[in-house]
Amino acid sequence: MGRIVLNRDRCKACYICVDSCPKKVLEVDEEVNILGYYPAKFNGNENCSGCAVCARVCPDMAIEKVFR
Amino acid sequence: MEQLVYKKPDSIRDDFKITFCSGCDHGVAVRLVAEVLDELGVREKTIGIASVGCSVFSYDFFNVDIVEAQHGRSMAVATGVKRSKPDKIVFTYQGDGDLASIGIAETIHAMTRGEKVTAICINNTTYGMTGGQAGPTTLLGQVTTTTTQGRRADINGYPIKISELLKEIEGTAFVARVTLDSPQAVMNAKKCIKKAFEAQIKGLGTGFVEILATCPTNWKMTPKQAHERVRGEMSEVFKPGIYKDKVSEGK
Ligand SMILES: Cc1ncc(C[n+]2csc(CCOP(=O)(O)OP(=O)(O)O)c2C)c(N)n1
Ligand code: SF4
Ligand code: SF4
Ligand code: SF4
Ligand SMILES: [Mg+2]
Repeated sequence: MGRIVLNRDRCKACYICVDSCPKKVLEVDEEVNILGYYPAKFNGNENCSGCAVCARVCPDMAIEKVFR
Repeated sequence: MEQLVYKKPDSIRDDFKITFCSGCDHGVAVRLVAEVLDELGVREKTIGIASVGCSVFSYDFFNVDIVEAQHGRSMAVATGVKRSKPDKIVFTYQGDGDLASIGIAETIHAMTRGEKVTAICINNTTYGMTGGQAGPTTLLGQVTTTTTQGRRADINGYPIKISELLKEIEGTAFVARVTLDSPQAVMNAKKCIKKAFEAQIKGLGTGFVEILATCPTNWKMTPKQAHERVRGEMSEVFKPGIYKDKVSEGK
């Protein structure tokens, strides 16, 4: 089981992480962030493997930490 | 007990500000360079040379000393910095327009001299910062603000193949072209960036990595479509691969 720390106010809503997450535990938030984007959101699902794929593909370093 | 498996590299400032557009590969490339500096343990003795283009604000995110070069002059500035401080690790981070158009003379001559520096070039087939004009790497048929009917060989010439050109130069020790269009590609790109730094550290010559990168804004594509373009028409013309590797030869 894994967990990520996503800084929603750094996210620019490219959704590359959402498309890349092998466990499909990332989704689009319904509330805008400080930049005016609908950021990606970790749904807290225990299926997260802590693979860090999301952090690796994020162009904004919005995914600050990954735990496994 | 849970283990930390990823965190922001130390070679990225704590107060970093990513100034790129949404979904732009520049952001991933910058992080990979920072991760490599961390892993090689050279952050404290590294000097970066920023270029003119979308990466002009390199000092806003890299946690190393940065010299801002004028447009195209990064490899000349890198030469000066490295020769006056040979114990430092010196790298340039340049766009394709910067390195292969206005700066092609500096690039070729610095590499011909085999300067012990590392050059990272973001090839996004356009002048991103200034609004998407045709650049040296613009593909045939590509529509830009200055090739409104698509690039034509008879009028605009052919796209320059940077890695193929630079591998022929005797002073280069590592030359590779990589992409960032998938998690696997990102891992591979990092390995190549590391080797380009090892070429410098081992004193073998210039290390060079050309990164085929997206510019979703000027390509008028979603980040996903932009990665498909990298995988498709861009990789067909600019074949990814390791073109020269004196680092592994020496092992
Ligand atoms: C001497 C000079 N000529 C022209 C410019 C205008 N200019 C700014 S950025 C740029 C091109 C940037 O393209 P590239 O190097 O490919 O970087 P990108 O923005 O695509 O990452 C140009 C021509 C300048 N700043 N200085
Ligand atoms: S990859 Fe990064 S910037 Fe893009 S949606 Fe995910 S967290 Fe946001
Ligand atoms: S660590 Fe892996 S499984 Fe967990 S959110 Fe990121 S990409 Fe998905
Ligand atoms: S203009 Fe293009 S290259 Fe520049 S930051 Fe935006 S997407 Fe990236
Ligand atoms: Mg460019």
